[in-house]
Parts: sequence; C-alpha cells; structure tokens
Amino acid sequence: MAKGKSVGADGVSIVLCGQAGMGIQTVEGILTGMLKLAGYNVFATKEYMSRVRGGNNSTEIRVSSRPVSAYVDRIDILVPLNKGAISHLRDRISADTVVIGEAELLGDEVSGAKFKFVETPFTKIANDLGNKIYSNVVATGTLAGLLGMKLDDICEYVKRSFSTKAADVVSNNVKAAQAGFRLAENVAVRAGIKINMSPDAGVKDQIIPSGGDSIGLGAMAGGCNFVASYPMTPSTSVLSFMAKHGRDSGIIVEQAEDEIAAINMAIGAWYSGARAMVTTSGGGFALMVEGVSLAGMLESPIVIHLGQRPAPATGLPTRTEQADIELALYAGHGEFPRIIFTPGTLEQAFYLTACAFNLADKFQMPVFILSDQYLVDSYYNTAAFDVSKVKVEKYVVKTAAGYKRYEMTPTGISPRGIPGFGDGLVCVDSDEHDAEGHITEDLGLRTRMVDKRLRKLESAKAEIVEPQLYPNCKYKNLVVCWGSTYPVVKEAIELLGKSDTSLLHYSQIYPLHPQTADYLSKAKRVVIVEGNATAQFAKLIKLHAGFDIKDRILKYSGLQFSVEEVTVALKKILK
Amino acid sequence: MDTNVFDMGDIDVAWCPGCGDYGILNVLKKVLAELDIAPEKLVMVSGIGQAAKIPHYLRTNFFNGLHGRALPPATAIKAANPSMTVIAESGDGDMYGEGGNHFIHTIRRNPGITNIVHNNMVYGLTKGQASPTSPLGFKTPVQVAGVMLEPFNPLAVAIALDAGFVARAFIGDAEKTKEILKKAITHKGYALVDIFQPCVTFNKINTWQWFKEHTYYLEDSYNPLDRSAAFKRALETDKLPLGIFYINPNKSAFEDNVGIYQQDNRPLFEREPDLNRLRMLIGKFRAAG
Repeated sequence: MAKGKSVGADGVSIVLCGQAGMGIQTVEGILTGMLKLAGYNVFATKEYMSRVRGGNNSTEIRVSSRPVSAYVDRIDILVPLNKGAISHLRDRISADTVVIGEAELLGDEVSGAKFKFVETPFTKIANDLGNKIYSNVVATGTLAGLLGMKLDDICEYVKRSFSTKAADVVSNNVKAAQAGFRLAENVAVRAGIKINMSPDAGVKDQIIPSGGDSIGLGAMAGGCNFVASYPMTPSTSVLSFMAKHGRDSGIIVEQAEDEIAAINMAIGAWYSGARAMVTTSGGGFALMVEGVSLAGMLESPIVIHLGQRPAPATGLPTRTEQADIELALYAGHGEFPRIIFTPGTLEQAFYLTACAFNLADKFQMPVFILSDQYLVDSYYNTAAFDVSKVKVEKYVVKTAAGYKRYEMTPTGISPRGIPGFGDGLVCVDSDEHDAEGHITEDLGLRTRMVDKRLRKLESAKAEIVEPQLYPNCKYKNLVVCWGSTYPVVKEAIELLGKSDTSLLHYSQIYPLHPQTADYLSKAKRVVIVEGNATAQFAKLIKLHAGFDIKDRILKYSGLQFSVEEVTVALKKILK
Repeated sequence: MDTNVFDMGDIDVAWCPGCGDYGILNVLKKVLAELDIAPEKLVMVSGIGQAAKIPHYLRTNFFNGLHGRALPPATAIKAANPSMTVIAESGDGDMYGEGGNHFIHTIRRNPGITNIVHNNMVYGLTKGQASPTSPLGFKTPVQVAGVMLEPFNPLAVAIALDAGFVARAFIGDAEKTKEILKKAITHKGYALVDIFQPCVTFNKINTWQWFKEHTYYLEDSYNPLDRSAAFKRALETDKLPLGIFYINPNKSAFEDNVGIYQQDNRPLFEREPDLNRLRMLIGKFRAAG
C-alpha cells in the first residue's frame, strides 16, 4: 500500500452521506459485510431524516483491529454522494479528513476546502458499465481497497450480495467493484494516507446484528410467541423482525389498529397463556398507558419494548434521546410495581429481553426494555448470543376446582392460572377485586390488595441486575450512565486515560440497585451522562438512593453523544 | 348441560329491577347449556358499563378489562388458544363509542369470537348521558338540547365491513334471541349480535313498549346471504328489523390466518420455543444484515 500518514490508531471512521433513496445502505451493507467476514471489527450507525426520498442522511462505519461499538465525531474518510452532504457534515470534517468524491456532483462545496479532496470518477466508471446505478459499488470497491481487503474476497462478496439478480447485473457489479478497487492505490497516494489494520480470526465467528435484531432475538429466546404493535420509528424494526421470523417460529405477530388495541391484545394473550410483547416509541406508548395500568391491576405479565426518540409529541421521529425514564417509571394511574431494563450493548439487549419474559411471568408485572433509536439502529460484531444461557421459565399453574386467581400470599405473587388449563376458573377484573377476581368495594380488602400488589416489588428487588463497573473498583471519580450511552462513555473513559476514573453503567434502572449509594459515595466526584435535558436518572437516584449527583453531562439535540464530546466534557469537569 | 352450572348462587347484582340485562343473562345461560359449552371452556370478555358486569353474574372464566377495550383482548385470547369459546359482551357505549375503532378493525380481523352488545341507547353506569345509538333529540343531563349527532348504525357498519355474521335481537322475545345467539356462537369467525334491551331508569323513550311497537322480524323468505339486501334492511328506521341480517360463510377466521396452527394445533401455552431454529437464526447474523 501507498506510503503516507498512518490513519486512526483505533481504526478508521468512514462516513457515507447522501439523499434518502440514493443507495447508502447498499454500500454500507456490502462494505460492513465483507469487512466483518474478512475479520475486521466493524461498527455502523446511521442518522437520517424523517423522509423517504431526498434530504441528507449519513452512515458512520468504523473499522478497526480492535472491537469498536461507539459513535465518534471524527471522519477519516468521507464519501459524499450529493451536493449538500459536505455542508451537512461540516462540523465533523477536519483538515485530516479525506473526501473521496466527484467535484462535478459536489459543486462549490469542494473548492478551496480545508479537507483533502480526492477526485474519484465513480459515476464515469459506472456509466461506462452501462448504468450510473453501479457507482455505489464502484465506491465500495475503492473503500474496500483502501482498507486493505483482497480483490478476490471483494469480488466474491459482491457476487454473493447480488446472487438473486440477473447474471449481467451480477457481472457488472463485480466489474464495478474491480474498477473501484483499482482506484484505491491512487487515492491513498493522493490523499497521503496509509491504513494499517490486521484482521482478527475470532471476528469471523462473531455475529453482527443491530440493536433491533438483538431485542427481537432476545424476545424469541425468552419464549415470546405473541406480538401486537403499531408501527412507530424507531421501534418498528423489532416489529418487522418478529414478523419476518415469527411465522416459522410459531409466533403470532399482528399489526393492531392502534397502540391501545396492541397492549390490550398483548395482555389478553398473556391471560390466555401466551408470552406477549409490544414494541413502541414514546407517542405510541403514551396511548398504551392505560393498558399498563390494566396490567398492574390484573397482575398481568407484559413486556414492553419502548424505543425512545426526541419528544414531546411527534418530536424528531428519526432521532434519538433518553428522555422517557419518567414516562416508563410513572406510566399508568394508581400504584403498582414494574421493572425497567436499559440495555447498553447488543449482548445486554439480547439477554435482558429474554430475561424480561421470565421476570414478567414470575412477578406478574410490566417489564420494560427501554432502548432508543441509536441502540436500535446501530450494529457491530459481538460474540454469538448463547441460547443455552437463556432458560424459558414458565410460571403458569394448572388450576384445580375452586382456584382463586388473587389468592393472598406472603410474596404477593398468586399462582397464575390460565383458562382452559385445569378445572378452575380464571377471573380477572380491572375493578378492585377479591381473591376470586370479582368486583369488590370492601375497603379493607382494597387496602390488602394494594399491599399485595406492591409486595411483589420487594420480591423483584432480589433479582436486580448489578450495574457494571469499568475498569476497576478503585476510583476517585465515578461516571454514571445508563442504556445506550454505555459504549460511548466507556471509550471516552479509555481515551481520558485517568486511572482514578471509573464508569458505572446501569442496564436496569428500576428497581434501583440497592448498593447505588455505596458505589456513589465511594467517589470524590460523581458525574452523570444522560441523553436528556433534566437528568432523569440522576433524579431517580436522588429519590431512591438519596444521592445528589451535581455534575451532569446532558445532550438532547436529537443526536447521540460522541466519544469525543464525552471526553472533552469529562476533561473539563475532572481537570 | 343444565343451565345451573353457570349460576353464581346468592350474589349481589348491580342492575336495576326490571333491567333488560337480566333477560340477556338468562338467555345466555340457556344458550351455553344447550350448546354444551362448559364454563371451563368459555371466556367472557367485557369492558366497562352496566352490561359489562355480566361476567360477574355467570360462572365461567372472564376478563373484565378496560372501558371500550373488550375486543382486542378477546381476539388475542382466541388466537392464543383457539379451542376456547370466547364471547365479548358489553354495552353500546363501550363497544360503539369508546371502543369504536376496535369494533371496526375487529370486524376486519375476523377472530372467532361472538360480540354481544346490549343496546339500550343510553349510558347507564354514568347515569343517563347519550350513547352512540341514542335517537336524535334525546335529552339528557349533558345533551340538554337533545342529541344532535346522527345515531351510530352498528349493523350497517358491520355489513359494510363484510362481517361474517350480523344479527339484531330484542330481549323482550327471549326464545328468538336464544336462537339467534346459538347461531352466532356456532358461526366460525366474528359474529355481531346487537340486542335491544330497555334501560328502565335512564331511557324513558325507548321502553319495553316502544321496542315492541318499533320492531319486527325479517320475513322467512329473507336471504341473509345477500349483502346489498342486508345493507338496505339495516338502514330501515321506521320500524327496526330483527333477526339475522347477514351471513358470509366464506371467511376464514383470524386464528386460522395467523399461520401457526396448520401444522400444530396446540395452544401457545403448551409450546416451547424452537431453540435449534433460533440458533440457526442467530448464526445467520454472522453475515451482516
């Protein structure tokens, strides 16, 4: 490869930017697929506008010799596909950024630029092959070449990617990739860069699902066999995942007329013996709130995937935020217990979703998977999920004659029967009810029923997922975060390089882990990182652990945190 | 089967003396007994309202859910265990007002449930406000100048949506109501039975006498397979026809369409996830998306 400046000790950050419908996904899909198979660590995330055509959407692909799972602002190589792409990414482009593209297409955005622009005739090559549509694959070939992939591997993968297409389409795409590859050496020389990465044989056996896929797979591992939902970005990918794979796996997947129907169906399904889930986002979940309360009163299990996006109201439909802790925590009139998981990695998304079904069944209460657009839409290579580590635990009992659905117990958990299984009758009511499930206005019984329902939370507290401390348990400074920010903050802490600073990540925020106050009070300084404007988790910690976190790094622009901005913000606070 | 298997014994019933709901409860018990549907194999699903209390007065499994929301859980209960008989029963306000959207889409979805609607043209539990089926000009404590909204026509809506079974009964005629309900419950797929039922406390217009004078039965020669004729009859308002308006015997039920019972008729609770299939699916993610 060409001599030049070595780029990115932690790998390369490539950004593709173009209009919706221009085929960014094609480049992204082929490139990440071939790189991962070749043994490179890959991370990809996208930011996109709420439109089907036009606008400016971008995808970041990080390629590295080491595992990568967080978004960075830095762009090492930018492939702009249309005019407007460069201005769209202005703030992230530096003097070191190599922009590969066509001046004719990009217009005055490239003249007198601060970055290194390398003219690459993607369109001309594509036109020579008979159609400008091939330009995306030409670009893919160039990028793969720059990253040091072998031509044979590239051609093989392109062939595979288009295997369902006509023979001439396949051969033209292979030619396009070859032509793109041939440009790579020249691009490297002109840009003055040298990329040195070594593949890792272990990566090949890993999987590369998105957050949405991981939640879907986790649901299947948890024995989910009923999904009712209404489409809403960013939660729809879980719905489509379940629909795509559900039928063959014996899962009923139904698009309801609205979110109200969806959650009522899911609760009805649990009553009838199914293991049901709804997947939604803030606005849709707002409609489900009465259903959450119903689950509280019926003591019905229910698994709710709530993919957060900026709000209030319609907000920024395709962007990300972490502002629905309080919505999930307080959703539903009246007082009843619940569990809230906030996975930060694909692995956590899988195992916690599976676990959610067991806990919902065991404790007969709503269990939330609180994700967000960033987690749902990002993907990277990770160890293959181990199905044998997940056990589907079922708590349904066969009823005998005289069965009472709401029998008083010390734990508050009454054995849950279902209709049609045993000689008993299963009666559930949204009114306050007696042990048999019939309406009551016995106010003493009412008090005992409230206590019974709340006692279940005490039982659930015995199974709280411990927060993860990284890198070590001796620290002066402690950075707290939850949910999808985990990999970003983790990499920021690594970059910060302060041996006295650790990270504490919560993948379950409620009930709050009982040792929270111990973790926090051991630190001289505690900083919280949250993707919202009012530090909702800090408030929850104050309420339940009595600890006031004063230093807060908050973001609510609609974009996820970057590694760089968390690093800079931490440096400022911890100087 | 004896109707007394459904008796609850000496219980406190919240309905007013003389309410049409009693008649419906008695007829329903007879229907279930004559069809040999055991209490253990039946699930009654209801919402909120006076009619929605009916599951508490009939010994069986029940899901007394939220106001307006009987149909979605009823659909899911049937889909998760198709061997159960599922009846979704509530009043006109619950089914046609608060639950109007579910009424429309449940008909489209066509689950194998029977939807019984007590239609007394008034709100009972909240004490006398207009319901979606209250007649124009009907004065209430809220509609002080009289109802101005066009009354909801559940039969016309159901026929327009090609519901598989659409009927109307009047509980003043228990025998005919029983026959209609038996046909509705044995119909495969969604069946609507709207039952006129006087509210003796809050509706002084649509009384027992009024229903007697303003209803008549569809004649024996009437063909319920003719959708256009059914729609036309559903629009009649001078005198309100009773009987089975429309049957479409060619529709497949939601639980048959979901695609998981063709090879395996076990209900969901008897099944375990196919872990080998899941392992293979996870393995497919070795290649990107």
